[in-house]
Amino acid sequence: MTLFSLGLVRGIIGQVIAFLAGMALVVVIRALMGLPAWAAEPAWVVGGLVSIVGFLVGVGALSDWLKWIRGEETPLRHGPPEGKPAWVRYFEVDYNHKVIGVQYTVWGLFLLMTGGFFALAFRTELVQAGIQFLGYDLFNSFIGLHGIVMIAAILLGVGGMANYLVPLMIGAEDMAFPRLNALGFWINVPGTLLILLSLVVGGWDAGWTGYPPLSARGPIGYQLFFLGVYAVGLSSIVGSINLIVTTLRMRSKGMSLFRMPIFVWAVFATSLIQLTATQLIGLSFLMVLVERVLGMGFFDPGVAGPGQQLMEGGGDPLLFQHLFWFYSHPAVYIFILPGLGIISELLPVFARKPLFGYKWIAMSSLAIALVGFLVWAHHMFVSGMNPDLRIPFMFSTLLVAVPTGVKFFSWVGTLWGGKLHFPTPMLFVLGAISVFLIGGLTGPMLATVTTDIPLHDTYFVVGHFHATMFGGFVFPFFAALYYWYPKVTGRMYNETLGKIHFWIMTPAFWVQTLGQMTTGMMGMRRRIADYDPTLGAGNIEAVHLVITLAGFAIALGVVLMVYNFIQSAEVGARAGVNPWRSRSPEWQIPSPVPEHSFPSPLRVVGEPYDYGRPGAYVALGAAGDD
Amino acid sequence: MSAVAAHADVEAHVAEADYQERTRRNRLGLWLFFVSELFMFGGLLVARFYLWRENGEIVRPELDQNLGLIITSILLLSSYFMNRAEVAIAHNDRTNFLVSLLITAALGTVFLVGVVVFEWGAHLRPWDGVFGAVLFGMTGMHALHVLSGIILILNVWWLGTKGHFSAEEHWGVEACAIYWHYVDLIWIFFYPALYLIGRAVPA
Repeated sequence: MTLFSLGLVRGIIGQVIAFLAGMALVVVIRALMGLPAWAAEPAWVVGGLVSIVGFLVGVGALSDWLKWIRGEETPLRHGPPEGKPAWVRYFEVDYNHKVIGVQYTVWGLFLLMTGGFFALAFRTELVQAGIQFLGYDLFNSFIGLHGIVMIAAILLGVGGMANYLVPLMIGAEDMAFPRLNALGFWINVPGTLLILLSLVVGGWDAGWTGYPPLSARGPIGYQLFFLGVYAVGLSSIVGSINLIVTTLRMRSKGMSLFRMPIFVWAVFATSLIQLTATQLIGLSFLMVLVERVLGMGFFDPGVAGPGQQLMEGGGDPLLFQHLFWFYSHPAVYIFILPGLGIISELLPVFARKPLFGYKWIAMSSLAIALVGFLVWAHHMFVSGMNPDLRIPFMFSTLLVAVPTGVKFFSWVGTLWGGKLHFPTPMLFVLGAISVFLIGGLTGPMLATVTTDIPLHDTYFVVGHFHATMFGGFVFPFFAALYYWYPKVTGRMYNETLGKIHFWIMTPAFWVQTLGQMTTGMMGMRRRIADYDPTLGAGNIEAVHLVITLAGFAIALGVVLMVYNFIQSAEVGARAGVNPWRSRSPEWQIPSPVPEHSFPSPLRVVGEPYDYGRPGAYVALGAAGDD
Repeated sequence: MSAVAAHADVEAHVAEADYQERTRRNRLGLWLFFVSELFMFGGLLVARFYLWRENGEIVRPELDQNLGLIITSILLLSSYFMNRAEVAIAHNDRTNFLVSLLITAALGTVFLVGVVVFEWGAHLRPWDGVFGAVLFGMTGMHALHVLSGIILILNVWWLGTKGHFSAEEHWGVEACAIYWHYVDLIWIFFYPALYLIGRAVPA
């Protein structure tokens, strides 16, 4: 087998060829229209757009659909590709949800580390006031890239957990639409490559929120950023369609909605947000994209017409903020709901006790998803929008605390009087609760208009946001990685290394987030490369140094984890079927999970979280067998 | 009945149930896609009512009312023929099915020409302030959906001429028909937003 036979390599070659073909197309059309043949902006836009399709054709994600157009049958292939080593399927289009789940997770971890690299770079720049090694433009591009690459990483991590676990947890043989599932993963790859490629065309210097008019007048890098986000957003939408249909139509016998594992509820609520809200970030970025290419006056009050003359009667930048935050606030619930689901899923296993208030937890996920749609303008308290809108948005935002409080109450109730065990996943779950608590408690200060006005756009917001992201996604995600690692690989990870990872990362993160809040209180603004060293009575540089060191410590922890996973896949002890003594369906079948997960149809015979009580949750085989 | 025939009968029954279950999943998936798209089109409507205002009053550019009425009627008419095609294949009436599909595609093309050649060819240009931006944004996004619908219809028609689809199994036709009606429905909201609501001001 050659390198060329790897789907990923074919995809990247396809993307490069399509990029050049798209650029050539623009040159030819412009020449035919009698315009100057080369114009960088339209060439990069069309090239970038076509390159996404080129990647998908190259990797083979579209081949079955192209056959359907011709009316050909396309039976699903099962198992690894013939005549190739088994690991090759992870670099190819594969329709098995377990393979796709691993693909999502690995690409997500890669992006998580890439995003972390950007963060470490500009954190190092911030250690001292003044500019040391990153220029202003590169600094600005790096903060934007840190933001959007991390968002893509989180979406991929969520997709990885959901794709791997949901069909196993509800006893389905696979996802409802396996081809759509593969497309949903693979479209992320050209999308994220475009986002990274934006660095070579000037980057983009107004942050990941892409507010016009700055983004409408910034470097061409913005266009590749928009296209990349569009691709990643498309993945969210098709992924959510798949997950909703799978959850609603493919549950095994007896798996009523209120007997599903709680993680499935969390993913269901997340999918509802992804399905609907994602369209709005796509639309708002698409509008800026065409505003730049065609001079359409949506957002920039003084829009640049063809030939770059400034034209009268342009649009309204506030409209962009409304459309943008209508996605981007619910987006944080997309990030945290699956993580909170992981916490609720794992706590009963390690407390050996039923989950406290199952139905309330399930409904609170839906409630957070619903209320999340009504709060977007709390990002705009100082934007100049109608001040009368602030009060209703303040109240709706504070309302989010109610269903979130329900979750905390249930977690404490589950822990209360339990027989607690503390392997690495449990440590990360407890770390997640503690970190999410600080993120949650700082929320009302930012939701309340009076306190938000002085805190807006300071590092206090950065500290709050990172606490919610780490507590709501990163810690639970790492807990999930350690917890299901034996199920995916069949081997145990190294427990000592896992615990070292936890005890490095958790204190480091606490220092980082509290440090960020402290600098914010001292008056440190977000997204600036340079600052006044006399802030905080001259202590601000010292605090920045501590935050940066904590950031490097977190990175060390992540590297330890990756090393642990790679190493343990070779030398780890055999995990067996059910090392955690879980009642959940995926732990009743062999590790690693076979190609067709369940040897016989799954039946639900009890409640999911009755730990410490007799009887099982699920049984395999026909009713007469047990 | 021989044992072999009975077995084949059971297999056919399983395959049919399988087809029905897959169709139910497909149908749910398609409707979820519509819900998703609704938010995108809704966002465009929000942009229209946000930007087409003068001192708080809702305005619209002076557009050719006859053109708007004609293309809207044509698109609605095309939905009738789309429905006829679906009913025809459900009764195994292949001739009627194929002819209705072609009529639908033709009417859709007339609509597309009306938007792209006549509406876009009139006085407004995309870079003409908020009027141009919103008009071209909304009609452009909708026209893209009409175009994809026409391509789908022609694909279904071509497969139909090759003998695909039957009264029992025609999910492809159904999907295409629902999509076409959906695109039609979006225009029902876009047409008054662009042509009727608000005070007309010379653009």
